[in-house]
Amino acid sequence: MRRLRNWGPPLLLVSPSIILVGIFVYGLIGVNVATSLATTTDRITGRVTNPGGLANYGNLLTDDRYQHALWNLLVLTVVFMTGTMVFGLLWSVLLERGVAGEGVFRSIYLFPMAISFVAAGVAWRWLLSPAKDDQAIGLNQLFVNLGVPWLQSSWWSSDSSFNMAAMAIPAIWQLSGYIMALFLAGFRGISADQREAARVDGATEWQLYRHVLFPQVSPVALSALIILGHMSMKMFDLIYSIAGANSYTAEVPATFMWIQLFPQSNPTGAAANATIILAIVAVVVIPYLIYTNRTEKDGRA
Amino acid sequence: MRAKTLVAVAVAAALSLVGCSSGAPAASQSASESASAAPSGGAGGEVGVFTWWADGSEKVGLDALVKLFGEKYPNDTFVNLAVAGGAGSNAKAKLASELANGNPPDSFQGHAGAELQDYIRADQIEPVNEVIDSLGGSSVFPQSLLDLLTVQGNIYSVPSNIHRANVVWANPAVLKKADITAVPADLDAWLSDMEKLKQAGVSTPLSIAGTWTQVQLFETVLIADLGVDEYTKLFAAGANWESDGVKKAVDHYAKLLSYANTASDGDDWPGATDAVIDGKAAYNVMGDWAVAEFTLKNKTDGEDYTYFPVPGTDGVFDFLADSFTLPKGAKNAAGAKDWLALIGSADGQKAFNLAKGSIPARTDVPATDFPKYQQSAMEAFKTNKIAPSIAHGAAVSQAWNSDISTAISKFYGSKDQATLIADLVAAAQKNAA
Repeated sequence: MRRLRNWGPPLLLVSPSIILVGIFVYGLIGVNVATSLATTTDRITGRVTNPGGLANYGNLLTDDRYQHALWNLLVLTVVFMTGTMVFGLLWSVLLERGVAGEGVFRSIYLFPMAISFVAAGVAWRWLLSPAKDDQAIGLNQLFVNLGVPWLQSSWWSSDSSFNMAAMAIPAIWQLSGYIMALFLAGFRGISADQREAARVDGATEWQLYRHVLFPQVSPVALSALIILGHMSMKMFDLIYSIAGANSYTAEVPATFMWIQLFPQSNPTGAAANATIILAIVAVVVIPYLIYTNRTEKDGRA
Repeated sequence: MRAKTLVAVAVAAALSLVGCSSGAPAASQSASESASAAPSGGAGGEVGVFTWWADGSEKVGLDALVKLFGEKYPNDTFVNLAVAGGAGSNAKAKLASELANGNPPDSFQGHAGAELQDYIRADQIEPVNEVIDSLGGSSVFPQSLLDLLTVQGNIYSVPSNIHRANVVWANPAVLKKADITAVPADLDAWLSDMEKLKQAGVSTPLSIAGTWTQVQLFETVLIADLGVDEYTKLFAAGANWESDGVKKAVDHYAKLLSYANTASDGDDWPGATDAVIDGKAAYNVMGDWAVAEFTLKNKTDGEDYTYFPVPGTDGVFDFLADSFTLPKGAKNAAGAKDWLALIGSADGQKAFNLAKGSIPARTDVPATDFPKYQQSAMEAFKTNKIAPSIAHGAAVSQAWNSDISTAISKFYGSKDQATLIADLVAAAQKNAA
């Protein structure tokens, strides 16, 4: 009875959210997986459009178009994560040293985050135009006017298999400030005594960062990587607003899912695609959750 | 302690109520029940009409229609369900979810022709044969248009307006640089004109924009190389997309692209038309909605710009049309039929098309009230052979259109003709009905 009195009210308090999350997150994931395994036939021609079961996944994964989309996603994710981490860390180290007008710089670096991907995408579509020389607009025109025309690029429209590296530029621009803020908070959390102690012991600035400060912000770095990783994997809005509805060149699984669902009216294929995206994100996020759980437990013990 | 427990219970109850209060679907009147003959002044009730005509000349056209609807059917109340943006792509996504949820508008806009197959496939729209018949059927609409709208013996939409896609817009001042005065007779003559322009210092004779404008250019090249009959056969089951004609068209298309500017997949069409207006390019292939862009920039027809059918498609009208449907389970089907009757009437077509800058689908609307370009298009629509557009959903379903667009986007990067043909063949095998 006493147990119930101890457990009852808190459980009652959280039960609505457990139920809601159960239905609207896990329940719908279940429905999505069930949809992805369906067998469908075309109403007019009677052709089987999805054979049903795991074959739906097999067909999708062996499709050249889907592999191209997965490759694009890999290039995008690697460049985006690296770029954002490098700029975020660089800016936070510069600001962390107490420059004059820190507030101004911090705001400037953070401002891009206030703009939605869709709005930024409209501007970046123009900035990353592939037109060159006398037709050039956007960044290419800037390069021509600066007298460095050899810097002009086709950006994400190029035929190279690494074209999606250019699509990462707007995303890096947008999120570096956020990563900077995370790192800055991490650096500020380290007490000044440790820096002084290291300097008294004769550590150079590099050694100070390498052996004293960086190890202490490594949990921040891990969180930042997870946040960036899952953002990149589900990125849709930026690519859709830069490359339009039907771009093969800039296709990633998330934009392909839109094509499957609406123009191709193939919810089964879209559900299979969604499940694969979920699995990819889970591969990254679940080990992280286990790791943080464990370290938190260790911390408490 | 007791008080805390009470609070917890109250909060829990409130939250779970929020969770459960999903709306029960309103009982909808069955469509057939209310299909009896409408009294004069309209069937009454609210008529929710879904379009993507939310701004510009399209909004003006819709407003003109709504005004007329109020005059002719005073019993009905028009409810505007327009969704803005993305040339209809946003609207189509919203519409798809509303239809899937069994909550259709009373009538919705769709490109006439094969694009409606998606809705027919999903059993979401009803035939409107009786509306077309009461409007006058083939005595007022061209038979070739009605044939293209017919799926398995039924017509599923009432066309409201027609656009022409195979128009070349040219800048005579730029053409003068290479002493080009005559309209080229076929694609090869056109290509040699482009070569002359390039020699004369015009770096991009042809201007193009994003993927769908490239699909539109490609379809006009297909018509030029195949002829209307062979072209129309491409969309039947078992059609040959590997024929010499298609290969020739792909080759012509590749050559045309070599004279074009560098575009990215997401570019919108006004930029490409502006290149002609500003004299940066000589030609742009664009649907006849481009005439509004020239008018907007105060250009004079015949002096600042000229237009002609894409070389090789003279005597062919590559059409696309907007049309209105009758969804299954519409709450006010009788009111929707009033709307369809207005859309298809001569008065409705005149009011709408004068404002929007397109031409009526009916052939009995007098041309004299229309501006110069529209008059020429109306004449052509009456006399030319009519071909359906790929890029605008008249010839192919949305799924097929999407696959062709992807193939064209891929080709723009790779310029690999064999891959384009293979992709087109695969798209036809997957989608042809």
